[in-house]
Amino acid sequence: MSEKQTNTSLTDRIWDFFCSLKLTIIILLLLALTSVIGTLIQQNAPAEEYIREYGQANYELFVKLQFIDMYHSWWFIGLLGLFSINLICCSIKHFPRVWKFVADPQLVASPGTLKNSANRAEYAVKEDAAQVSRRLSELLKKEYGKVTETEKDGKSYLFAQKGIYSRFGAYVTHLSILIIMAGAIIGNLWGYKAYVNIVEGTSTDKVWSRSGQQPVELGFTVRCDDFDVSYYPNSRRPKDYTSDLVVLENGKEVLKKTIEVNDPLTYKGITFYQSSYGPAGNAFFKVKVTENATGKVLNLDARQGEHVKLPNGYAFAISNFTENDRQFGPAMQLSVNAPDGKPGRPFVVWKNYPQFDVKRAGIFSFELIDFQEPQYTGLQVAKDPGVEIVWLGCFLMMFGSMSAFFFSHKRVWVCLETEAGKTKIQLAANAHRNQAGFSLAFDEFKQKLDATIENKSPEKEG
Amino acid sequence: MDSGTLFNLVTIAYFISMVLFFAYLAARTNSVGLAGNLTALVGLILHTAALGMRWYESYQILGGDGRAPLTNLYESVVFFTWSIVLIYLLLDLKYKQRTVGAFTMPFALFGQLGAQMWLNDSIDPLVPALQSNWLTYHVITCFIGYAAFALACGVSIMYLMKIGKEESFEGDKSKMPGLLGFFPPTRVLDDINYRAIMIGFPMLTLGIVTGAAWANYAWGTYWSWDPKETWSLIVWFIYAAFIHARFTRGWVGRRAAWLSIFGFAATLFCYLGVNLVLSGLHSYGGA
Repeated sequence: MSEKQTNTSLTDRIWDFFCSLKLTIIILLLLALTSVIGTLIQQNAPAEEYIREYGQANYELFVKLQFIDMYHSWWFIGLLGLFSINLICCSIKHFPRVWKFVADPQLVASPGTLKNSANRAEYAVKEDAAQVSRRLSELLKKEYGKVTETEKDGKSYLFAQKGIYSRFGAYVTHLSILIIMAGAIIGNLWGYKAYVNIVEGTSTDKVWSRSGQQPVELGFTVRCDDFDVSYYPNSRRPKDYTSDLVVLENGKEVLKKTIEVNDPLTYKGITFYQSSYGPAGNAFFKVKVTENATGKVLNLDARQGEHVKLPNGYAFAISNFTENDRQFGPAMQLSVNAPDGKPGRPFVVWKNYPQFDVKRAGIFSFELIDFQEPQYTGLQVAKDPGVEIVWLGCFLMMFGSMSAFFFSHKRVWVCLETEAGKTKIQLAANAHRNQAGFSLAFDEFKQKLDATIENKSPEKEG
Repeated sequence: MDSGTLFNLVTIAYFISMVLFFAYLAARTNSVGLAGNLTALVGLILHTAALGMRWYESYQILGGDGRAPLTNLYESVVFFTWSIVLIYLLLDLKYKQRTVGAFTMPFALFGQLGAQMWLNDSIDPLVPALQSNWLTYHVITCFIGYAAFALACGVSIMYLMKIGKEESFEGDKSKMPGLLGFFPPTRVLDDINYRAIMIGFPMLTLGIVTGAAWANYAWGTYWSWDPKETWSLIVWFIYAAFIHARFTRGWVGRRAAWLSIFGFAATLFCYLGVNLVLSGLHSYGGA
């Protein structure tokens, strides 16, 4: 028998350990403390970087302690697991007590409550109990909602309450944390994060996973028709990066959208985010060349870096190009080679100032008519089937914590008894939180109460 | 009048208010405390006007690209100080403990002075990453949370200053002599501390959630353990521990006050330290 007792007490001890609020506080502070590590040591960087910064020995230590990817380390996940167990155990332990307030509310106040409550009132009136009780019920109904009447031991009792849901706020908040964790796990198991670069005018049906660089089949095709950068007026500050995306299934266009930063495209649970861009191959130019001696005009096509023939053995090559040269707009840098192949001095031609190059007074003058600079758009691609669950959790968390912090369960009890021809009225009220605020509200309520007992409306009195 | 001039007036009002609160501590005359409060209120009204003016000016300068003044370090500090004064005046409505003003207005004044002396107050257009309505919700909720924590830290300092003396004082605690006797009772300070954190914690939670929602909308990842995100979670853990500590014997009083101060230190690091020391996504638009 004694052995059985130790057994139960051991399970009890384990149970108490997991239910303990002290454990909660310690876990929360440990989570705070350990999370700092990952903000000081860069996460998921290449090995060489750690070795360069901290040395080989420290790097090996970091690997052993899983500091390189600490938010996914066994000990951090373990801590989160312990946190969840603690949360569940605490909730299981305390929930029945709270549920009792719903299932079995205390309808009859004990003499102790009526005598010692911080918010109480006592009256004695000549009217009979039934009449006073009716008036009180009306007042309570207006202030608290439903009133329950009970007769016991020749006394009559009234009970009313409001805000009982705020007792559940903490449980809703705790549940929400578990829901968010579940959403995160689902996202990790069945979702992916990937990226893809699409050159303007081309399409892709696979993207590249961030973990493992494996190709992931989309099951449909995405085409980028155009990529664009726009700038704020008179400034080099980019205003927007946009890509015209088209989703194709079996060669048929099914969805078209111009995405930009902060405005992605979603198709079949896969979302494409504007993330980066870059040049793809050499720029292509349309150039108008005038031979100054004869006035002869040539319209030529050129690629960057390519030599293009001019009359009389001359040639030119575009060596550089920018879409925006300071404030002057698109500009190309080029040089003219003499017939002997000797390269000339490089000079700049601006698209927006076609007359400028005439003043250079060379053998040829150049105008930049048009250009095309093929670019690729860099897209982040994400599939996260858990994200809705995470939002549900976030919503419950806000809802739960607001109702837990800003509202309280308020109860009021009345006891009426007839004593020596008089009706004795005792009233007590309490709130399970924010006692100070409730006291103030009770003082106001008491004025209405006084008026009700004396059977006159407080407005007339004031 | 432009917003710059208005912000200067705000700083002056907060300075006068702080001096009045210090004078209140010395003189212990209620009218001085009231004057401190009224000056703070005038400052807050001017401050609100200045924020509105800056918002309006952004449309004047940037045309259709104008935006709420919540986008760079200067604007965030100025909004932070606004929130601190707002939370102080709100809690004063309830508690009427003006000595708290002497421990709150210095935070506000220091923020205003710092912003105006060291930070770049030019109104620049937004980089593409910041062009989102989430920015406004995210910043407002975070900073009201931070401001509530600042106030909680202020009263926690008062609590720790007073508690030792109060415990060793023989006789009626409400008749303690001297400056500390003039402080609110430690019971009230403890209550204000808790109440401020009850405002701050849901606001911080909402700030983290709106940040996550925005990150998901902009990048497809609601959480990436970026240093700023992680530090906001660290702050959240600390105040979550504080709230649970209220229900545990042995963790109220002194430890709660220390936890509150510790929490605000973490908040400041999350707000400023992460940007100055660590690298990440929150660049404050290059400020």
